Amino acid sequence: MPKILIVDDEPNIIMTLEYTFKKQNFEVFIARDGQEAIEILENEVPDAIILDIMMPNIDGYATLKHIKNQDTLQACKVMFLSAKNKEEDIRKGMDLGADAYMTKPFSLKKMTEKINELLEI
Amino acid sequence: MNSWWLIIILLFYVGLLFFTAHWAEKRKNNRFTNNGIIYSLSLAVYCTAWTYYGSIGVAATSGLNYLPIYIGPIIVAPLWIIILRKIIRISKRNNISSIADFISLRYGNSRTVGALVSIIIIIGVLPYIALQLKAISETFHLVTDTTLSKNFLTDSTTYVSIALALFASYYGTRYVDASEKRSGIITAVALESVLKLVFFVVIGLFVTYGVFNGFADITEKASKLPEFYEKNTIGGIPQALNWFLLILLSMFAIFLLPRQFQTMVIENNREKHLKTATWLFPLYLLIFNIFVFPIAWGGNLLFEGANANPDMYSLLIPKSLGYDFLTILVFLGGFSASISMIVISSISLSTMLSNNILIPYTFIGRFKKEDEDNNAKYIVNIRKIGIFSLIILAFLLYKFFGLDYNLVSIGLISFVIIAQLAPAFFGALFWRRGSKKGMITGLVTGFLICTYTLLIPYGLGDSPLSATWVQDGPAQIEWLKPFALFGLDYLDPVPHALFWSLLANTLLYLTISVSFEGNYRERNYAEMYVDIDQYNNNVEDVYVWRGTAYRKDIEKVLIKFLGEERTQRAMAIFNKKYDIDTNQELADARLVKFAENLLTGRIGTASAKILISSVVKEEKVTLTEVLKILEESKENIDLNKKLIETSRQLKSLSSQLKNANEELLMKDKQKDEFLDTVTHELRTPITAIRASSEILKEDDELPTELKQQFLDNIITESDRLNRLINTILDLDKLESGKQKLLLTETSLKQTIEQAVEALSQLIKMKGITMKFSIDSDSVIYFDEDQITQVLTNILSNAIKFCPVTNGEIQIELIENDDKIQISITDNGPGIPENDLDRIFDKFYQSENQNIKKPIGSGLGLAISKNIVQLHRGEIWAKSNQSGGTSLHFTISKALNYAEDINS
Repeated sequence: MPKILIVDDEPNIIMTLEYTFKKQNFEVFIARDGQEAIEILENEVPDAIILDIMMPNIDGYATLKHIKNQDTLQACKVMFLSAKNKEEDIRKGMDLGADAYMTKPFSLKKMTEKINELLEI
Repeated sequence: MNSWWLIIILLFYVGLLFFTAHWAEKRKNNRFTNNGIIYSLSLAVYCTAWTYYGSIGVAATSGLNYLPIYIGPIIVAPLWIIILRKIIRISKRNNISSIADFISLRYGNSRTVGALVSIIIIIGVLPYIALQLKAISETFHLVTDTTLSKNFLTDSTTYVSIALALFASYYGTRYVDASEKRSGIITAVALESVLKLVFFVVIGLFVTYGVFNGFADITEKASKLPEFYEKNTIGGIPQALNWFLLILLSMFAIFLLPRQFQTMVIENNREKHLKTATWLFPLYLLIFNIFVFPIAWGGNLLFEGANANPDMYSLLIPKSLGYDFLTILVFLGGFSASISMIVISSISLSTMLSNNILIPYTFIGRFKKEDEDNNAKYIVNIRKIGIFSLIILAFLLYKFFGLDYNLVSIGLISFVIIAQLAPAFFGALFWRRGSKKGMITGLVTGFLICTYTLLIPYGLGDSPLSATWVQDGPAQIEWLKPFALFGLDYLDPVPHALFWSLLANTLLYLTISVSFEGNYRERNYAEMYVDIDQYNNNVEDVYVWRGTAYRKDIEKVLIKFLGEERTQRAMAIFNKKYDIDTNQELADARLVKFAENLLTGRIGTASAKILISSVVKEEKVTLTEVLKILEESKENIDLNKKLIETSRQLKSLSSQLKNANEELLMKDKQKDEFLDTVTHELRTPITAIRASSEILKEDDELPTELKQQFLDNIITESDRLNRLINTILDLDKLESGKQKLLLTETSLKQTIEQAVEALSQLIKMKGITMKFSIDSDSVIYFDEDQITQVLTNILSNAIKFCPVTNGEIQIELIENDDKIQISITDNGPGIPENDLDRIFDKFYQSENQNIKKPIGSGLGLAISKNIVQLHRGEIWAKSNQSGGTSLHFTISKALNYAEDINS
């Protein structure tokens, strides 16, 4: 059973993602900001992480940097999911080492396809 | 007291002066050496041994007559701001290094005038220096109980004089350019001024309160002495005239004495130092004079009938009572007074001797052949030897002629001679028509009258010839009596001489100047002197000169004195100042004047002119032409001033434009940020709606409960979207001024309570304690809906910021005369200092753009700010020391329903 961590501060968006991935037989973890995500990642090693950028306390960029510094998390596939849709925002995200970048609003169908592609399912 | 001991003390003291001078020289332009106080104290070189000892002598023997010499400078000091500033400006712009230069430059830069003035000054001042040496010598012998030795080698004062001469010649000639500032020596003089005053006050206090029982005690006892009352009143009208003339004399002296000109004008670093001098210097003189009376009459009481020299009372009193230490202090004070005068006078005399007599008449040819190094050495050596020999000459004068008069009379004679410069000097400042012929005739005649009425009678001394000559007049001619010329017999000799000499001097100066016009050069400098304020920054412009001159030739002359490097630097400055093409071969009038100025400090005005004239070919200019050229240059200067003003305006306009541009750029950036944030804020609910709809569309088997949830999602997010759009429109309305206030008379207290009530559910949920401190129940005009919105915005933030446990919000209302202030404070984490001002910006995000602030929609505070401003109030935030944030806003009480708030 693949594991996925969803990091976003909007409960209504989380709700849709949670429902969709549970239906796909993922084990789903939820964090409301970067801080919570880092705490979860201390105990869990998910296969994929969906990461918002604009969040309270610790933003998405900083969270990714943290992930990249952890030996145990090297295999994690990380996808940014953000309303920041400018060319330079996307480039910055990819340069930091994200595996994919999807802009809001998004299609859940494309989202699942992309995650499956990343995890080679 | 053993004389060797005293010599050791003196050496130590002179060493201290050397050290001070050395220390200050290294700290030129430092705030300790370059300030108004040092400047004012250096002016106190006016108080010589004559003040220090002589005033007491006069007070003891003839009463109040010691006062006029100090009253004159005190009266004239406030005028310094005008007169002295003018003199300083003229001197600085023309690199003038002595009063002889100052006068001779004005009268056509005449070598003759410079030499004449220098000679008269040297004649006047040399005996005055001798007088100081006499004071040192006599007090030295008095303190050590030795007698004057006729043999030079055994007389210790010889060595003191030599040491002094060395000190002065070493420190007085540090610079080739005589118009340079001598910080070292000036600081040493200022120190001496402090010491002589302090020591004088000490002996004064000692006599008044130690020996006697205060001023009243001395006055009471002294009033029993004969002639006490006669001596301590001014007397009748003749005596008042004497006073008047003496006051006038000292007014002139304070400007004209070479040592005063040196310290006041040449050594002035900044014009603003004058301001300090106008009060500090008179104060100094006043303090000095407080104790003259008690010491003099105390001495008269103590030494009644003992045949003591009243000039020496200040030494005799402590000595006779056995206070050796005090005696030495007094001696050192007098020594200070003497040597400051000797040093400064000899520096200025030697500058005149070299720049106005020796160089222009003898050495000038030699300089043309030599190079810079040799010339500089040569000039310095001439002055060194000059200072040294002047002091030694004065010493010999004292040794051989004895100078048997009391300290005051020689000083006054010196004053009268120097005062002969007054008409020419003050005429130079204010009168354009004064001419060289007029001033020479006046000066020479005045000096001759002085010689006849003062120098000869005093020179003859007690000889039998003097008796008949002075008493009966030469060849028994009554009206030629030197002390009562033309029957004027009620004036004392000094005022008498001053009266006649100055009268003749002034009348001749005026009448001859008016009758015979001066040449064009005199008129040219007259214009420059009188209108110096107008030409302050470009004296070269006003110099009238016509002829042929090559820049190369002038440069060659300059190099001989300034050296290659400094000449090039000076030329570069000149070219830049007047925007001159360096390829130009011919020099113009401005360069001729500029070059003369550069040389003037080194070799004096006259020699500078001679040197420059030798390499240029000047054509004669008529007086009318000069006046025409001057008129034109005046117009040019006015035009220049206008141009400068216009260019200043243009500059300020362009900087305003730049600011406006920057502001626009910033606004543009803010607008971009605003749009960025708005789109982000809009996309978030759209995303939720889009995702929820997708699930509802794709998933047919969705359980009803979940279906319900996703539909709820869509509804709440749509509402949020709508609210957001409304808020943005609100803000736009406020910012564009379309929003009108609906003013009603309402109780603010009630509005606050209602706003809190509306949020009570949230407050209860978070368990927050509310504290109120509202002591006003005023009813004022404001828009209730809008203010409620402000309160709700701030309160919601406060609630969000409050910690999960023990949250606390305090609401405070303070009423002033013109406004009401509301403060809402929470005990949350506070806002970073940098962000305090920015939280009222639209969609403010903290420094890190990607951190979402917990406030949520970032428009709340921006809207609040606009509303408060419409209420003519202010809004601001503060972070508290103990944590937590306070938001404060005010509402003006001056609003009323009738007024259109947006007009």
